[in-house]
Amino acid sequence: MTSTGGTVSETAGAVTGTGGTVVVDGLLVVRGGNEVLPGVSCSVQPGTVTGLLGPSGCGKTTLMRAIVGVQRIAGGSVQVLGMPAGSAPLRGRVGYRSQASAVYADLTVAENLRYFAAVLHAPASDVDRALADVDLAPQANQLVGSLSGGQLARVSLASALLGAPEVLVLDEPTVGLDPVLRRDLWALFHRLADAGITIFVSSHVMDEATRCNRLFLMRTGRFLAEDTPAGLLRQTGADDIETAFLRLIDAAREREGASA
Amino acid sequence: MNPRITLATAGRVLRQLRHDPRTIGLLLVVPVVLVTLLRLVYDGKPQIFDRIGAPLLGVFPLITMFLVTSIATLRERTSGTLERLLTMPLAKLDLLLGYALAFGAFAVLQVAIATAVALGPLGLHVAGPAWLILVLAVANAVLGTALGLFVSAFAASEFQAVQFMPAVILPQLLLCGLLLPRGQMQTVLRWVSNALPLSYAIDGLTRVTSTPGVPGAVLADLGIVLGCIVAALGLGAATLRRRTA
Repeated sequence: MTSTGGTVSETAGAVTGTGGTVVVDGLLVVRGGNEVLPGVSCSVQPGTVTGLLGPSGCGKTTLMRAIVGVQRIAGGSVQVLGMPAGSAPLRGRVGYRSQASAVYADLTVAENLRYFAAVLHAPASDVDRALADVDLAPQANQLVGSLSGGQLARVSLASALLGAPEVLVLDEPTVGLDPVLRRDLWALFHRLADAGITIFVSSHVMDEATRCNRLFLMRTGRFLAEDTPAGLLRQTGADDIETAFLRLIDAAREREGASA
Repeated sequence: MNPRITLATAGRVLRQLRHDPRTIGLLLVVPVVLVTLLRLVYDGKPQIFDRIGAPLLGVFPLITMFLVTSIATLRERTSGTLERLLTMPLAKLDLLLGYALAFGAFAVLQVAIATAVALGPLGLHVAGPAWLILVLAVANAVLGTALGLFVSAFAASEFQAVQFMPAVILPQLLLCGLLLPRGQMQTVLRWVSNALPLSYAIDGLTRVTSTPGVPGAVLADLGIVLGCIVAALGLGAATLRRRTA
């Protein structure tokens, strides 16, 4: 957080100090010689729906993979529920829905979920609950390979809802879904958060940002802002999140131009 | 490791296979067709068919299970299911043994059909018991699965995965003693042959062909093949990384 400057790093620093369900501290990820995440810090508070927004390629997925412990990291630390990310006791306590659908195309929807439930030691009834949560019960016995893109996205999300995850890391879970389903899923996220589950969800759709309790705005591997949606509007004087985000990006570009 | 998760994984792999009847058909029918062709090729020379019939019954499952496993594992990597599983309480060996169990169980069926056809209608003569052919051939199938799991770690695409078949399996086939008895090979080649697992599987099947009963030497061959399976699974677990770039 050296070059982002101003209020942003102060905010992020203050939050990091308070601890949270997820605490990222100086995370450095290098891929192919490039610093994809050049030492970022952030903290996700328990029982919130926290959004991670930014253009594609800005490092959202890399950050999420680091939080679930499948990303090789070059420096810094990631703590989840007070333990190093990816450590054995966390497996099963952190649900992950990656950007890839990550389900078996040659199994039915129910067969997929039953297998993941077995691996998680979740009761068989979880399969029906997860299917109902994503409104996919009618397709339970359909082959995943024959589903539409939106249905596929929901099987993938249902797999992350199995068991009793305390943290859900959801990488663009609403891509390709119609407005009604997106509204329903965001309502589901808030129900889960009200039940104490911490939700960290990425999106590049700005109108979804307003549905989050807190927002991280990310650009080229760095955080531009970390605030509530209302706070962001106040901070930038914008009327909507998209404008707020664009103003923050322009300000960052100007700083880069000035320092170059 | 957890036996419940291992069995759930084996069940899942078999369920995937069940949804793919054409692959099941190919896995079961192709060895029968090949062993029948072999019988026809040596129609005038039944003694040659008797000599190489049983060893070849062990080669088919090695090749098919190697190919099926390397592609299946590559699919797990590219579709993201492997990454999802590795965020769950699944030990790497749960996954590897799940595959070995599933394809091993399927190989029992594959080998039983091909062996029954060879010993029955095709009139293959072997001195040893038929069940010993089955045991050695199934061990070979599991060896193929274990090698496939291991080498798939080095394949980034289907093209590469398929190329590992000629790279890993064909040298073993050339040096296993089927083309030239291993004792007659040039010294260096014999050393290499001694280091390759298929050599012992073929040694065992050749002994079953010529020796009645259950000779200790066959059990020693089987033991070496089983040892190679354990080693390949161990290497597979070692090359399977929870964290990737």
